[in-house]
Amino acid sequence: MRPARLVRDIRLGVKTLLLHKLRSLLTMLGVVFGVASVVAMLAVGEGASKEALEQIRKLGSTNIIVTSIKPVEEETATQRTPFGVVMYGLLYDDERRARESFGEIERTVPVKIVRQEGRLGERKLDLRVMGTTADWFELVRRPLIAGRTLTPRDSGERAGVVVLTEYGARRLLAAAHTIGQRLRIGRHYYEVIGIVQSEPGQGGAIQTPDQEIDAYIPIQAARERYGDYFTEIRAGSISREWVQLHQLIVEVDTLENVERVAAGLERMLASFHPKVDYRVSVPLALLREAEATKRRFNVVLGSIAGISLLVGGIGIMNIMLASVTERTREIGIRRAIGAKRSQIIVQFLIETTVLSTAGGSVGLALGLTIPWIIERVAHMPTVVTGHSLVLAVGISLAVGLVFGLYPARHAASLDPIEALRHE
Amino acid sequence: MTRGPSLAGRRPAAHGARVVACLEEVTKVYHMGATPVRALAGVSIAFETGSYWAIMGPSGSGKSTLLNLLGCLDRPTTGRYLIEGQDVAGLDDNALSEIRLRHLGFIFQSFNLIPQLTVRENIQLPLYYLDWETEASATRAEEMAERVGLAGRLDHRPSELSGGEQQRVAIARALAADPALLLADEPTGNLDTATSQQIMGLLTDLNAQGRTVILVTHETDVAQFARQRLYMRDGHIERTEGAAA
Repeated sequence: MRPARLVRDIRLGVKTLLLHKLRSLLTMLGVVFGVASVVAMLAVGEGASKEALEQIRKLGSTNIIVTSIKPVEEETATQRTPFGVVMYGLLYDDERRARESFGEIERTVPVKIVRQEGRLGERKLDLRVMGTTADWFELVRRPLIAGRTLTPRDSGERAGVVVLTEYGARRLLAAAHTIGQRLRIGRHYYEVIGIVQSEPGQGGAIQTPDQEIDAYIPIQAARERYGDYFTEIRAGSISREWVQLHQLIVEVDTLENVERVAAGLERMLASFHPKVDYRVSVPLALLREAEATKRRFNVVLGSIAGISLLVGGIGIMNIMLASVTERTREIGIRRAIGAKRSQIIVQFLIETTVLSTAGGSVGLALGLTIPWIIERVAHMPTVVTGHSLVLAVGISLAVGLVFGLYPARHAASLDPIEALRHE
Repeated sequence: MTRGPSLAGRRPAAHGARVVACLEEVTKVYHMGATPVRALAGVSIAFETGSYWAIMGPSGSGKSTLLNLLGCLDRPTTGRYLIEGQDVAGLDDNALSEIRLRHLGFIFQSFNLIPQLTVRENIQLPLYYLDWETEASATRAEEMAERVGLAGRLDHRPSELSGGEQQRVAIARALAADPALLLADEPTGNLDTATSQQIMGLLTDLNAQGRTVILVTHETDVAQFARQRLYMRDGHIERTEGAAA
């Protein structure tokens, strides 16, 4: 068919539909709400999963994160030393053993948290300081605000340098000009060399390791200057802990090896730790889980939307069948004049498709408005993806064609003599 | 006067008359439930180019069936129907539609215009199915409207026209594709006497310009406009009267 002719056919279809404006509008409603629900549901689903996936992805898919966990209170009694110190968590030896046992491990990053009083100029407050290595900044990317981050040389020389987090900098009233100044942590002085952005929120089941961390120092400095004992005074009670490493981040060479190394690591830790005072988290596994959840969610949403579109399609079919009956005589006239069956089919198919795509367009507009409202009223993130728009238009076209075909074929199959006699 | 077979056979070839449509021993049997109804029982007749026929007869005589067959809306049960030399019996639905489109023009008792289309679009309808270019088709519609005396009403809707005007539109539409044969089924059945006279005058004019016209009517004064008359009874041609030209 020539395009000019198609344009003419569509114009005629629109004109015919406009003869019964209210009926056409009501017929469209099913598709309007069907398409709107598809677009809106996809946007909400996409928004919900995107945030979670993003967080997990930031932890690195080739990383394994081992975190020290303080065993629950009654169990810890057995682990108390005579001086009332709770001993638990990863050991420096765990890191060494992991590196030596698994060839697939590219590098390991130890994390040690130190609580000390900090002092910058006139400001004096309690700081949470993370002792780590230069590799930390490569595995867990943090955008630099000013200065620089730790380098392998800082670690080697046990240099007195400190990198502030955005959070810590704000607490200490530090800014870019603070770089080069000296920050006292406990009884030791450090030169402020940089400020990095803090990462807010948490990624699903994994706590991002640097939450509420004020500063980073080389782990050697943390280990030698502050030791492994920590005293915490909380709500009138004193708790003393002995922890070597609070966290160990393990980077594996390839994605395929991640889960195997994680299992091996778990076995290895189990043989050296009588109590389970650690947790092995695999971002990749969580990522897969989150993606599977997202797929299931999409299937459910898709089914609901599919049912509403089915209902919309049946509505269109119903009205078109009524319209065919009503226009039996017109069909007879056209056939008598010389219209072929196929031309009658095309005429009616165009009408249903015009109806459904018009409904689809309105539905699309509505479907884009709903996430906008949800975001503002319910404060849920939504993401409208390009393919959901293509899907909406495609679906409404398909609904028109599929549900228009039966009425159109019915119209074309009418006997012209009978049709002409129809009152 | 004469009963039965081909008028073409009767007419000397020297007249140079060509046959537009020709029925040979045509029967048509309908099935009303289990009972077969014989609507046409062996009809043979030839319609020459430029002839002007009125088909008459009481209801149930088979004149409507005959018109449906002539109009290629139906196919004979047995016998042959040739239109423009083409045998209809072997043709499928598409080919029949094509013949209606190119060779036949219909005029109905109840006008049968499409209500949502304007006068212009109604006239253009056959041209639309013939896939004419928009401009050529518009020009043709104007010519046809002028021909039937409706030049000023092209953008009106059928519902805004009187019965006589609607029938003029129908005639213009039937003429648009320049068909060989005009078939009119009780063209004045829904019109008052004065308007009927005008419509019949128009058909007579068209015939005078060489168009072949066959009309079905039960009104004798309408049939008088035709130059030849064919009387049907019980599925047979009872008699024919009048002569071409």
